[in-house]
Amino acid sequence: MSIDMSQFHQVFFEECFEGLEAMESGLLDLNTGDIDSEVINTIFRGAHSIKGGSGTFGFSAVADFTHIMETLLDQMRDGRRPVTQPAVDVLLGSVDCLRAMLTAIQSDDPIDSVAVVVYQSALEIELNGSVKESSPSISQEITGAVEEEEVNEEIYNEDEAAEQGWRIAFSPYLDLLKTGNDPVRLFRELAELGEYTASVNTRDIPDFDDIDPEECNLSWTLKLLSQCTIEEINEIFSWVEGDCELDIQALIKKEAKSIPPSKQIKSEPVIESLVSSPAPTDISLVNIQQPTNATNTPRVDAGGELLIDRRSGGSSSIRVDTAKIDALINIVGEVVITQSMLGLVGENFSMDQLAQLKRGLSQLERHTRDMQQSVMNIRMLPINFVFSRFPRLVHDISAKLNKKIDLKLVGESTEVDKAVVELINDPLVHLIRNSLDHGIEMPEDRIAAGKPEIGTIELKAYHRGGHIVIEIIDDGRGLDKNKLISKAIEKGLINENSILNDKQAFELIFMPGFSTAESVTDISGRGVGMDVVRKNIQALGGNIEILSELGKGTTISIHLPLTLAIIDGQSVAVGEETYIVPLVSIIESVNITEDILNKVAGKGETFRLRNQYIPIIRMHEIFNVQPKNKIRSNEGVIVVVERQGVLCGLFVDELLGPHQVVVKSLEANYRRVEGVSGATILGDGSVALILDVPGLVRLSNRQLSTNTSL
Amino acid sequence: MASILAVDDSASMRKMVTFTLKSAGYDVEEAVDGVDALMKAQLRVFDCIVTDVNMPNKDGITLIRELRALPNYKYIPMLMLTTESGIEKKQEGKAAGATGWIVKPFDPDQLLKTLKKVLD
Amino acid sequence: MMAQQSEIKDMGKSHYLTEQDITAQYLSFTLGNEEYGVDILSVQEIRSWEPVSRIPNVPSYEKGVVNLRGSIVPIIDLREKLRIKFADYTPLTVVVVLQTTDDNKTRTMGVVVDSVSDVITINKTEIQNTPDFGAKANNEFINGLISLDDRMIILLNVDKLLELEELESPL
Repeated sequence: MSIDMSQFHQVFFEECFEGLEAMESGLLDLNTGDIDSEVINTIFRGAHSIKGGSGTFGFSAVADFTHIMETLLDQMRDGRRPVTQPAVDVLLGSVDCLRAMLTAIQSDDPIDSVAVVVYQSALEIELNGSVKESSPSISQEITGAVEEEEVNEEIYNEDEAAEQGWRIAFSPYLDLLKTGNDPVRLFRELAELGEYTASVNTRDIPDFDDIDPEECNLSWTLKLLSQCTIEEINEIFSWVEGDCELDIQALIKKEAKSIPPSKQIKSEPVIESLVSSPAPTDISLVNIQQPTNATNTPRVDAGGELLIDRRSGGSSSIRVDTAKIDALINIVGEVVITQSMLGLVGENFSMDQLAQLKRGLSQLERHTRDMQQSVMNIRMLPINFVFSRFPRLVHDISAKLNKKIDLKLVGESTEVDKAVVELINDPLVHLIRNSLDHGIEMPEDRIAAGKPEIGTIELKAYHRGGHIVIEIIDDGRGLDKNKLISKAIEKGLINENSILNDKQAFELIFMPGFSTAESVTDISGRGVGMDVVRKNIQALGGNIEILSELGKGTTISIHLPLTLAIIDGQSVAVGEETYIVPLVSIIESVNITEDILNKVAGKGETFRLRNQYIPIIRMHEIFNVQPKNKIRSNEGVIVVVERQGVLCGLFVDELLGPHQVVVKSLEANYRRVEGVSGATILGDGSVALILDVPGLVRLSNRQLSTNTSL
Repeated sequence: MASILAVDDSASMRKMVTFTLKSAGYDVEEAVDGVDALMKAQLRVFDCIVTDVNMPNKDGITLIRELRALPNYKYIPMLMLTTESGIEKKQEGKAAGATGWIVKPFDPDQLLKTLKKVLD
Repeated sequence: MMAQQSEIKDMGKSHYLTEQDITAQYLSFTLGNEEYGVDILSVQEIRSWEPVSRIPNVPSYEKGVVNLRGSIVPIIDLREKLRIKFADYTPLTVVVVLQTTDDNKTRTMGVVVDSVSDVITINKTEIQNTPDFGAKANNEFINGLISLDDRMIILLNVDKLLELEELESPL
């Protein structure tokens, strides 16, 4: 029967990519010099599995390539070969190569055969380098093979004698049956080769009382008339060799039982091919072009719908913990119950059922909120999906730079929305590369500075408030405020008389045009620049800040909203417009009149909140909205908001009430607007903008400086 | 028709084996590793076990050894699927009680032929 | 025109020219005194003008956004953008909702026009190059001109038309 194997290919490819990831992280762990047998076994199994599957499904190039890796790894796990750094590096490179091969096959593209040859040779060199040392095991293979071969292989097909065939003396050992084998079955197979007659030898059957029915006490002599070869007979008995005595003689005797010389010749070529090594080539680790996600950046469209392009090796789907689905099913069940209860109430409604109605509605509200929570939870993935690629990145690049760098991951299990996972990857890569390139010093410099030789980069994620915080903390050389300032002046980005504090100086890094040629090329080949990184993060509704201490290190802090889809907001009126202020940012709201506001020259207005003065942002002004009263009104509400520890007040006309709003993207069809993180559709169908507090502050500062410089 | 338990941690291989065997009319159940297989093999007695060797949690050879210790599985044919053509693995398997082996890569017809041998 | 003809010839020797290769359909509409056309394939729908929600600090011809079945869609007033005439909003004012692609991203945007005329089928080979208009309409947006009966229709390039200008962000 012919079975279409291609139906299994997709699963196979997915398995391979998973296996390669496991191999990669295993290989990186091996690095630390302490060889955990569990780890090396996992790596071996990965190669073994891929080899097996690729052979079965017909991907012979992959099978051959993986076979060498498997052999290397097998020797390593047996202790026959030391785990050296060069070997690990070659294996890591081979993992990349395999990944590229499989991706190419999966998408029907040509395989990069140059890379394959390079890595295959590198693997063979690694392998051959110690084959000479471990030849005993190889020769054992060969002699084993020799032993298996029976004599008289050339003795047949002579047409002299009347009978052509074999005499087979078969004596199973007692335990033959215990492996589920059965002489009857063997004889049946022999019958397929020709005619046989059997005579059984019952001499060895013990006395009746001593008989153990599970033991085989019989032996046979068979005469098989057949033109078959001795190999075919051995084939049939192959499973039981070692469990029996087997003697096969040709019915026509031609030559004595001597091991034909051809046997020895046969074994030699095997050793030869293993021992002969290609001329050692200078193999520097070739940079395999990783199929990157660079061109596949997913977007979030209106309604938080994720638009995902095909990622390499995967489809646009996620795995979800069934517990999350079960939780959702439970809640839906409750909703159904509440709904039917309300249905009953509504059927013959009268005012005395009002309490019931209200109760039902509030239950429904609760269920809806739970359902929202539950559904959003389904989209949450541990941030490790992003973090997991960084150990490899750091390992490779620090090696290239000749620096010693240790990457620590903290909080990898912190869950974030899937969209965040996908969109934060490129910015994080860029930032970590900066740390690697510019942050951590060369080992000598570190020692000279009294620091440990090995630099540390900590990649940390945690929840705080309604946000997820991702931090990249390095103990490198830190930022030099003065250097930043002079560089910015040099590039004409700021006035040479500018005086900036630390924070403002660090902010210069985010200005377009600040990055110079000395910044490295981005891994995904896209445009570099911290301004792009910041834009990407802001596009997610998040924010990025830099803290640094010269000589000590730098911390980059990224804040992202926990979910992109729904937020709790406070509706406010500004003139005729309605805006939504995210509830997580709001500290409190205060009704005010004129006298409470103070004007400070050059810094705008402030408002005294208990014992501190906070800056005021007049929404009408920064958003160019006509106030309701034509006169510059000082009646309204100050919404006190917090932005990373700093307070400010938004001056609006009135509060319209809390709302839970579905966040829709403004950028999907339009553009990013400063001060706005998204939009939502109100109950009446109109669109309200959701405010972005950090953006508002920036806008306000800008306006202030424009005003003061006029 | 005879019942077979197909054991392999690789989903693609497992599915391929299951599909092949089912298409030939066998009653097939799957297990993902030795632990899963041991449990399933005790919930019902299969006519044949086909298992991969290299698996996490419990490998194929250990599985065979442990199954052989069960009264119901003393004589049941158990086949190892192995890519390793080296003699040690086969000997190890035999010592553990394996009936025989099928070398990977194999094609579906080879699998069926071998099973026909042990099951008819 | 010659370029277009050879383009057609280059479509492969064994390629029989289909109807689609020669003709194209455009939706024509008026802005001021002129008639314009956009590729019908980029037209998603036609709506009447409805109040928009204003967006702060954007060019004035970007009037704001509306809710289009759950998506936030910006509305651009073409009359203002192309500086054709003073934009007024009457019951006849129409919004043509278009789809545009740039950088692999498809966006939906609405443009305000005076009125929509009809769907015209034109022969691609008859598209003429535009003489330099000067200020009236930016040549960048224009694919060409076509004469139909006694109408002259200016064919617009939707993607170029709907490119959003960069906003300054001075520090």
